[in-house]
Amino acid sequence: MHLDPVLLSRLQFAWVIAWHILLPAVTVGLASYIAILEGLHLLTGRALWLAISGFWTRIFAVCFGMGVVTGIVMPFQFGTNWSRLSDVAGDILSPLLGYEALTAFFLEAAFLGVLLFGRKLVPPWVHFAAALMVAGGTLFSSFWILAANSWMQTPAGYEIVDGRFEPADWLAVVFNPSFPYRLLHTVTGFYVTTGFIVIGVAAWLIRRTRFGAEGRAMLSMTLWLLSLSVPLQIFLGDQHGLNTLEHQPAKLAAIEAHWQTERRMPLTLFALPDEAAETNRYAIELPLLGSLILTHRLDGAVPGLEDFPRDARPPVAIPFFSFRIMVGIGLMMLALVVTSWILRLRGRLFAPWFLGACQLMAPLGLVAVIAGWVTTEVGRQPWTVYGLLRTADSVSPALTGGDVLLSLLAYILVYLLIYPTGLLVMGRFVRAGPLGQDAAAPIAGGQREAPVAALPRRDGEAP
Amino acid sequence: MIDLVPIWTVMLGLAVFLYVLLDGFDLGIGILSHFAKEQAWRGAMMDSIAPIWDGNETWLVFGGLGLLTAFPLAFAIIIPAVYFPVLLMLLALIFRGVAFEFRYREAAHRSLWDHAFAWGSTLATLAQGIVLGAFIQGFAVAGRSFAGSLLDCFTPFSLFTGLALLAGYALLGAGWLVLKTEGELHRWARHAGRVALLATLGAILAVSLWTPLRDPAIAQRWFSWPNLVLLAPVPVATAIVALWAWTALRRGADWMPFAAAMLLFLLSYLGIAISLWPLIVPHAFTLWQAASAPRTQAFLLLGTLFLLPVILIYVGWSYWVFRGKLRVGIGYH
Repeated sequence: MHLDPVLLSRLQFAWVIAWHILLPAVTVGLASYIAILEGLHLLTGRALWLAISGFWTRIFAVCFGMGVVTGIVMPFQFGTNWSRLSDVAGDILSPLLGYEALTAFFLEAAFLGVLLFGRKLVPPWVHFAAALMVAGGTLFSSFWILAANSWMQTPAGYEIVDGRFEPADWLAVVFNPSFPYRLLHTVTGFYVTTGFIVIGVAAWLIRRTRFGAEGRAMLSMTLWLLSLSVPLQIFLGDQHGLNTLEHQPAKLAAIEAHWQTERRMPLTLFALPDEAAETNRYAIELPLLGSLILTHRLDGAVPGLEDFPRDARPPVAIPFFSFRIMVGIGLMMLALVVTSWILRLRGRLFAPWFLGACQLMAPLGLVAVIAGWVTTEVGRQPWTVYGLLRTADSVSPALTGGDVLLSLLAYILVYLLIYPTGLLVMGRFVRAGPLGQDAAAPIAGGQREAPVAALPRRDGEAP
Repeated sequence: MIDLVPIWTVMLGLAVFLYVLLDGFDLGIGILSHFAKEQAWRGAMMDSIAPIWDGNETWLVFGGLGLLTAFPLAFAIIIPAVYFPVLLMLLALIFRGVAFEFRYREAAHRSLWDHAFAWGSTLATLAQGIVLGAFIQGFAVAGRSFAGSLLDCFTPFSLFTGLALLAGYALLGAGWLVLKTEGELHRWARHAGRVALLATLGAILAVSLWTPLRDPAIAQRWFSWPNLVLLAPVPVATAIVALWAWTALRRGADWMPFAAAMLLFLLSYLGIAISLWPLIVPHAFTLWQAASAPRTQAFLLLGTLFLLPVILIYVGWSYWVFRGKLRVGIGYH
């Protein structure tokens, strides 16, 4: 059997990034949420906000720790498996990643220590400032990493010198055509994802009754936040789609499994795309809606896959289905948010069946993040730098299929051990509830002790 | 436009050195935790680095990205060549990192994650030492790519530098423990530090003889006239610092062993840099040949010159917040 180092390297990258992206999806949202809670506590002095903040901070710490170590894996993938890409595009991509480390990673790491372990060691406003710094760090990080990803999707501001990309205009590199849309769509998606996890956990706490007050505060507040972010996300997704049609038409054609260029294109709800025959089987279509959604006109022209040579087309079935999963989840989320408005008007926000629905939908944001990521990354194939550098020409020349198979198996084993354990640990925190973790710990000045494991002793303080 | 290569060389050298020092001492704590006499000690050892380990590891990311930014050709040749040591390091760092989060909360599996911490730290260090050895011995290059086998990096020399780094990081870790702890654990750390110091000095001596014997260019660098005299301060200072480290571990102030260990690392680091200068891919490419476009170097340099001092200030502040001796035995029990 022939082992293809390119395919195996792609699988390895997909494996390590799919697991990694779940963690920023939660930490970007939780960091901002914790900063809001800390701010509310600082303003009002209510212990409730502190209890909720402490609860989510414990969960955040686990996600963040896992995010750091699975994140360190990522830049090394560029060297180990994609060294041709590093050589050819390194002059453009590397400073963007470098700025991510400079503006985000150090900020997050330094202030996280203070956020987790320093409540008793610094004044309250400094602790709040630390929470803000951590939240800011996660957003700076999203900015730079998505700038780098977007440049590979829609390259701009470069010149090609001796077969290598060199920067010509940094502003054009960073603010390349797909970047603003991708950044807003991804970050809002992370906020929505986190919001659904929070309301799922809150619903569970309410039904268990012991931490009902905390649960109700979390649920009500977060549903307000989702009332803004879910409709916003659907609008942003639409805008991102228009941008993709303009700059990556082959990707869009694959997403819609759209073979022939036509005006008055129908919307395909379901089909089994047949790439060999260049047609769809068992298609369920709604007339005109395709053109309307993609071009915002009833007779807008949408290019089909047949316009592109076969060796410049992405796979069709994968982006077609992953896109429908993402959009389907988005619509379900919108339905839940609209339901919450009606229930709120009737004063029945905490109806048991609604709490059950919140619980069931808690993990769906994570599924949508993966589905969206698969759509955009499979859809830009067969290119690493869109239209300019093929994936097959990006891989490290020295690799054999056996080498990559070995490393891929090692990553699979380790991640399958680490992630379930992390989930188990977080599950314990959730079961312990907002005051639960070390409920027997001494309560000093209305404040629970910080996770004291690492509290150093100050000079003059009794041991 | 001015030549930015020397500036980036210093900057990258500084980032890698800071990584070696900072993650070096907390990886060293993991190595030493194999030998801790009581369970409570292991807890205290991990507590002493819990608020800072992820910041320390960030220097690894910055070092890697700094190499990619300033010398992308070197990154594209060296990293595939050390594919398996890098894989081992990354997986070991995963186990070690999550151990901090998993062990506090999972009473039933505490000893399992203690092992993950100890073995993760040990294997990550071994892998870094192998990368160092492979770097010193050089790579097979064709055109702009690594052209050897992925197993080339495993040689007796690189395995030896792997073991050497274990001793060195253990020494740094012992220095940190002397600084942060008191009582029985403190006394034990001073003892463990002396063992690690002897092993480190033996390794420095062996590598100092082995490299010029393997590589005539390195022998030429150190033993030709007038380099023999000009570079003599490096070995002489190493000997003096070694003596200071020994006495500091026996009866010096609590900060001294850590400071002496850091100086020893600085001198060894300088020694390697002198041996290899001006090559960034030994035997193949110099710093200038592997450099990225001036615009690339300038763009990141601009931010680095402004942000690095700010980073050093707030990282320093976060260390200051957690200053002082650790309280052994309180916390998660």
